[in-house]
Amino acid sequence: MSSVITKIESEQLKSDRPDFRVGDSIKVHTRVIEGDKERIQLFAGIVIARKGSGLNQAFTVRKISYGEGVERVFPLHSPRVAKIEVVKHGKVRRNRLHYLRGRLGKEAMSVKDLSQQGEAAAASA
Amino acid sequence: MSLGLIGKKLGMTQIYKADGSAVAVTVISVAGNQVLQVKKSAEKDGYSAVQVGFDDQKEKRMNKAQLGHFKKWGAEAPKRKIVEFRVAGDDQLPQAGAKLGPEAFVAGAPVDVIGVTKGKGFQGVVKRHNFAGQPAAHGHMMHRRTGSIGCRLTPGLVWKNQKMPGHMGVVRRTVQNLEIVQSRPEEGVLLVSGSVPGNKGTYVIIRAAKKKAQPENK
Repeated sequence: MSSVITKIESEQLKSDRPDFRVGDSIKVHTRVIEGDKERIQLFAGIVIARKGSGLNQAFTVRKISYGEGVERVFPLHSPRVAKIEVVKHGKVRRNRLHYLRGRLGKEAMSVKDLSQQGEAAAASA
Repeated sequence: MSLGLIGKKLGMTQIYKADGSAVAVTVISVAGNQVLQVKKSAEKDGYSAVQVGFDDQKEKRMNKAQLGHFKKWGAEAPKRKIVEFRVAGDDQLPQAGAKLGPEAFVAGAPVDVIGVTKGKGFQGVVKRHNFAGQPAAHGHMMHRRTGSIGCRLTPGLVWKNQKMPGHMGVVRRTVQNLEIVQSRPEEGVLLVSGSVPGNKGTYVIIRAAKKKAQPENK
């Protein structure tokens, strides 16, 4: 790729994005523009996929809203994503958590907590 | 009827606008455009135009006649690609030897981009002319074939311009009314919204859009 294109893309990368992985519970602060007013809207859920690289990187967040599964894909470096908050690190053995789509009720949002796992391992050892 | 630039297609990427929406852009390098011959309608040429050269070439690859032409009009090096642009009147002509760059276009200006499309080789009617083709299964054996190309005794011939298989691509094409998303003089590139004909590394011509007015401040 041309060095000019690399430069144009690197200028737009956001350095304030926290390190999060598939399985983590996060809160995404999105900028919503209504008329001439701008406000922040929250979307909280589990990261079920990350795809792409560089400027094209995106992630999918899944949540259960009033009993209905909702998924939203965010471009990682978009200016409309104001902030990303990591609530909890999850321990998963897949790169894509599409199996969560088939689950109902309490199970639908259950991913093992990474911090609890660490404690359990320490207790058994 | 105004000055244009010659450029080299570098590739595509995307830009986030101020409102947060993303636009796909083509990056075109236009650094090193230089005015060569200036034709004036008052003099022997009989019309107003400017010859613009782009991309330096080794002197040993040129013949003496070409070298003489570049020397006469004050080019710093021989150019690979030369294009003539018609200008409205003699009073708008630039100086010979003047350098042109991305400054020639401001962000938001509508432009037309001319290039040579990618070669597709010998293609059938489905790809070349967007024919629908015939059913794929249930005993059909026509699939992607041309179908009928005419009638019987009347008219007794195949009409001219009947769409048939053949060579596709490598044609000069103009894409109209693209927008300059960014003009970056320090890198010598223009970012044009959307796609532009041709492979990476091919020459393209950028001119002010013929069917849209330029912004006021230009």
